[in-house]
Amino acid sequence: MTAALSLRQRSPLDFVFALLALLAGGFAFSRYGHYMDYYEQGILLGATLTLIGFGWFWPAMRVFLPVSAVIALCAIGLYQGDLARGQTAFWLKYMLASQSLVMWMCVCFFLATGMFWLGLLRRSETALSIGVGLTWAATTAALSSALVRWYESYLIGADVGHIPVSNLYEVFVLFCLITALMYLYYQARFKARSTGAFILLVIAAAVGFILWYTFDRQAHEIQPLIPALQSWWMKIHVPANFIGYGAFGLSAMLGVAWLLAVPAERQNTQIRNALYAAAAGIALAGIVLYMQADAWFPELGSGAGFITGAALCVAACVIVHLQRGLLSGLLPAPDTLGEIMYKAISVGFLFFTIATILGAAWAAEAWGGYWSWDPKETWALIVWLNYAAWLHIRLVKGWRGAVLAWWAVAGLLVTTFAFLGVNMFLSGLHAYGKL
Amino acid sequence: MTTRRPTPFLRALYELLSSMRFAISLLTVLAVAAVVGTVLKQNEPYTNYHFEFGDFWFGIFEPIGLFDVYHAGWFLGILAFLLLSLALCIYRHLPGMLRDIKGYREHASLTSLKLMHHVAEQDGSIDLAAAQAQLGRAGYRWKIREENGATLLAAKRGSWQKLGYFFAHAAIVVICIGGLLDGNVGLKISELLGSKTAETREIPASAVPQRSRLGADNGAFRGNVELNEGGGGADVVFINSGNGYYVQELPFIVRLKQFHIEHYSTGQPKKFASDIEVLDRNTGKLIKAGTVEVNKPLIVNGIAIYQSSFGDGGSDLTFARRDLQGGATSTLQGRSKSSQPLTIGKDAYTLETGDLRVFNIENMGKTGAQTSAVSVNQFEQALQAARSVKGEHNLRNVGPSIQFKLRDSAGQASEYLNYLAPFSDNGALYLVSGMRRAVSEPFAFVQLPLDDDVKPDTFLRLRHTLLDPQQWPAIARRTSEQAFKDGAFSATKRADFEAVTQTILQQFAQGGFPAIERFLAAKVPKAERPAVAQTYLKILQGAAVDALTLAQQQAGQPVPAMDERHYRFVVDSLVATSALFDYGSSIYLQPTGFTEIKSSGLQLTRAPGMKIVFLGSILLVLGIFCMFYIREERLWLHLANGRTLLAMSSNRRTSDFDREFERQRAALLPAANGEAA
Repeated sequence: MTAALSLRQRSPLDFVFALLALLAGGFAFSRYGHYMDYYEQGILLGATLTLIGFGWFWPAMRVFLPVSAVIALCAIGLYQGDLARGQTAFWLKYMLASQSLVMWMCVCFFLATGMFWLGLLRRSETALSIGVGLTWAATTAALSSALVRWYESYLIGADVGHIPVSNLYEVFVLFCLITALMYLYYQARFKARSTGAFILLVIAAAVGFILWYTFDRQAHEIQPLIPALQSWWMKIHVPANFIGYGAFGLSAMLGVAWLLAVPAERQNTQIRNALYAAAAGIALAGIVLYMQADAWFPELGSGAGFITGAALCVAACVIVHLQRGLLSGLLPAPDTLGEIMYKAISVGFLFFTIATILGAAWAAEAWGGYWSWDPKETWALIVWLNYAAWLHIRLVKGWRGAVLAWWAVAGLLVTTFAFLGVNMFLSGLHAYGKL
Repeated sequence: MTTRRPTPFLRALYELLSSMRFAISLLTVLAVAAVVGTVLKQNEPYTNYHFEFGDFWFGIFEPIGLFDVYHAGWFLGILAFLLLSLALCIYRHLPGMLRDIKGYREHASLTSLKLMHHVAEQDGSIDLAAAQAQLGRAGYRWKIREENGATLLAAKRGSWQKLGYFFAHAAIVVICIGGLLDGNVGLKISELLGSKTAETREIPASAVPQRSRLGADNGAFRGNVELNEGGGGADVVFINSGNGYYVQELPFIVRLKQFHIEHYSTGQPKKFASDIEVLDRNTGKLIKAGTVEVNKPLIVNGIAIYQSSFGDGGSDLTFARRDLQGGATSTLQGRSKSSQPLTIGKDAYTLETGDLRVFNIENMGKTGAQTSAVSVNQFEQALQAARSVKGEHNLRNVGPSIQFKLRDSAGQASEYLNYLAPFSDNGALYLVSGMRRAVSEPFAFVQLPLDDDVKPDTFLRLRHTLLDPQQWPAIARRTSEQAFKDGAFSATKRADFEAVTQTILQQFAQGGFPAIERFLAAKVPKAERPAVAQTYLKILQGAAVDALTLAQQQAGQPVPAMDERHYRFVVDSLVATSALFDYGSSIYLQPTGFTEIKSSGLQLTRAPGMKIVFLGSILLVLGIFCMFYIREERLWLHLANGRTLLAMSSNRRTSDFDREFERQRAALLPAANGEAA
C-alpha cells in the first residue's frame, strides 16, 4: 500500500490529476475559505490530499472523479443561481438536476443487475462488460448527484445548505455509490466481474428503497439541519460509516456467491422438502404480515416492511442452503471469492472502527458523553464485535469456507438492523434517520 | 521462598482464559447481552416498567438489572472477563512476538527452506551485492550468515504487522480502563456497602440528605440540571440512578442569563443556545461567561457544560376569563407550569398550567393552488414531486399557545390547549381552543368566531341569548314575522311556525346539533328526515340572525347588516355553540398576554477518562491498520555449491503475496522457473 503511493512509480497522468485536485482545492479555498472555520479548512486540505492519494492508489479514479466533477459543474452552471430552473431548463430537468441524476443512477443500476445475471448465466463476457460499464455510469451519476444536491441545498437557503449525508435518503445514495465503487475496484483487481450479479443485488435493493422513499414519502426533499447535526464531525463520521456498511454488504453478497459456487453434501429428500416448505412458509408469513400489518400491528408502521424484508431474506438463505453449488463453474474460484470477502471485511472493519470512534468523539461534543449505551451505539458495538470475531476466526484460526460465508451473510442482517432497524424499532438519541 | 509450579488446575484456567476460543465466546456473549439493553428502554422511571410488565415480571426483571443492563453486575462481569482474557492473551503472546520481530531467522536450514510454499532455485551463484541493493529498494532488512561454505541471507520486512496486533489488543484494554474511570464504579461500591442510597422523594435539592449527595470532589459524573432565565442559578446537578436520583455538588454556581431558540423558515429548530455565567461558589465572583450551544459545550475547570434540553421556566400569563353561563368577563393572572385554585360558580377547581409555547408551526395541508391545479394524473404528479428537492409545504406560525388542566374537587380533569392569536380561516377570524378528557386522546378544537372588533364578545352575547329560554318567544316572534313578510306561509300557520321555532331553539339549547338530530330521530319518519332537517336548519339559522339582533339591541350595540360575512359569523356561532356543549367547562380562558421566561436543561459532565479512551482509540485504529495493511514477509537467499535458492514466507497467504514472490523471483533469480507451490 505504501509502495503504491510512492513518488517513484508515478506516471505523468498521476501528476496531472494531483495538480487538478490541488487546483480544485485551492479554488475552493480562495472562494469560500473565509466562510470556513479552522476545522473546515483542515477538512478541505485533508479531502484534497485524500483525493490525490485515492487517485494514485486506484488509477481509474483519475478519470472518474474529474468526470463526475465536470458533470456537477455543468449542472451548477445551468442553474445560474436559481433553483426553479431545475424544473424549466431542459438539461437540468431531464439530466443534471440532482434528482434526475439519482433517477438515472437507479435506471443504470437496475440495467446493470440484469446484464450481470444475463452474463453470468449465459457465460457472456459481452454482457458482463456492459454490466461493468453501466455500473460505472451509475456511480458517476451517484457522485454527481450528491455534488449537485450539495449545491442545490445552498440555493434553497444559505442557512439550509449542507453536505448531503444528513438523512436516510442521502446516505442510501452514498451507500449505493460506495458499494458499487468497491465492487468496481475488486472486480478489476481480482478479475471477478461476474460477482457483480450478486453485489448488484444488494445495491438494487437499496435503489428500490430509494425509489419507494422518494415516491411514497417525498424523502428526497432537502431539509435543514437540526442543531444536533450541525457539526463538522458529521462530514467524516457518516461517510466513514458507509464505507463500513458498503464493505459489509459486498462481503455478504460474496458469501452468497461462495455458497452457490461450492457444492455441499446433499441432504436427503425428506429434509430438503421440509426445508423448502419452511422457506415458503416464512416467505408467505412475511408477505401476509406486510399486507395485514395496518390491521394487526398498526404500531409497527414501516417496521412491517422491514420484518417482511427480513423474512424474505431468511427464506432466501434457506433456498441458498438447499441450492449449494447451483452456480459452480459460472463464478470465479471460491478461494478468490473468499479472499475478496476477507479484503472487503477488513476494509469495512477498519472504517467502521474509525466511524465509531468519530461518532464517540462527536457524541462527546453533542450529547455530553462519548458513550451513552444509546441503542445505535450499542448496535454499532454489536456489529463491530461480530466482525471482530469473523476476522479472528479467519486470521487466527485459519478457517475458510461455508461457516465464514454464512457468517458474512448473517453479518449483513445484523448490520442492516443496526443501520435501519434500530431507527425503526428502538428509540434513542439517533432519531435522525426515522422513516 | 520456593517457587512452586502452578497446579494443573491453575494452568488449565490460564490456558482457558487466554485462549482465543474463550475470547470469541465472550465477544459473542457480550454482543447478545448488549442486545437486551437496546430492546428494553433503559433507565425509565420504575412506575413505567411496573405499568408495562405488571408486578410479576417487574419483580423478576428488576433484580437482574434489566432496566439498567449496562451497569448491571453481570454485564460488567462479562466485560471484566473479556478484559482479563485480553490481558492474558497479550501477556502470553507478547514475548514470542517481540522475539519474532527482532529475529531474522538466519538459522533456517536448507531443508526447511525447501519445504516452504514459495521456493525457486537456479544454477549458478548470484551477485550478492546486487541482490542486497534490490532488497534494500524493496524495503527489506537483512542479516547474512556464512557457515560451512554456504551463505544465507535472511531478510524481512513488515515487522509492524506484529506490533499492530499488540496495539489493537492493548487499545481495547486502554479504552476499557478509560471507560471505567468515567463510570460510576465508586458509587456502585458505596451503594453495595450501604453508605450511599439514591433519593426517591420529590424534595428540594438542599433538603436531600448526605447519603444521597455526592461531593464536588467526585472524579467523574454526568448529571442534569434545569435553569430558569434570570434565576438564582444552581450549584448542584442531578444524576438519575435506578428508581431515584443523586445530588451532585458542583465546584461553582451556574446561572442562565438567557436562552435563545431560532427556527428555519420551515419551522424546524435551527439553534438552541444558552447564555450562561459561571460564578464562584463562595465569593460569587464571575469565573466565566459564555454561550453553550448544541455541539458547542463550554468547559469550566474540567467540567463540560452541554445544552441538552429546553422548556418553559414558568412564565407570567394573563387570561381573560369568560364565563360561558353568565357572560361575565374578568382578568385572571397565572403562571405557567404551576397550579392555582379557581372557583367556577360555587365549585372549587384547580387550574394546572402546563408549558407556554410561543412558537407553533403547523402544516396547514395543501394550499388552494395545489389542490385546484388542473387535475393531472397521479403519476405525473408523483414524478413532478420527485424531481424537485424543495417541497411545497403550507406552513404557518399560529402563534403562542398555553396548555392547562382544570381539575375539579373530585380529581377529574379536562385538558385545554388555547391559542392567543386569532386564527384566520378563509378571511374570517377565530379564537381556537382544544379540549380533551384523556392524555391519550387528540384535542377536539372549537373555533370561536370573532366580531368586527376582533373580540369574542358578540359571539358570547349571541350564544347567551340563544340559550336563554326567556328570549325564545321574542326570537320566535321575530323569525316568524320575517318569514311571513317574505310570504313563506299564510297568517293562520304563523302560530304553528312560532311554536316550531321555539321547539327548535329549545332542542338546540339542550345539546346543539346532536340534540336536534336525536329529536328528529325520535319524532320524524326516516324517509322525511333529511327534508325536515334541512327546514329545521334554515329556521335555526334564521332564528340565530334574529337572536343576534336582539342580543345587540339589548346590549346597546349596533346590529350588523346581514351580509355574507356576518351571515357566516352567525353560522360559525351556531357551530361553536354546539361544540361548546362538549367543552367540559363553563369558563373559557382566553390567553391575552404573557411574559416569557424560558428554561434550559444543561448537562454537566466530568470525564477524566475521555483522553485515555481517545488515546486507546487512536492505538486501535493504528493497530488494525498495521494488522491488515502491512504484510510481514520473510525472504531467504541460500547460496551454496553453485546453486542459489530463494524462499519466501508470510504469515498471511494471499494472492498479493503470490505476486510479491513473483516480483522478487524475477528480480533476484531471473533464470529460475520457480513456482509457488
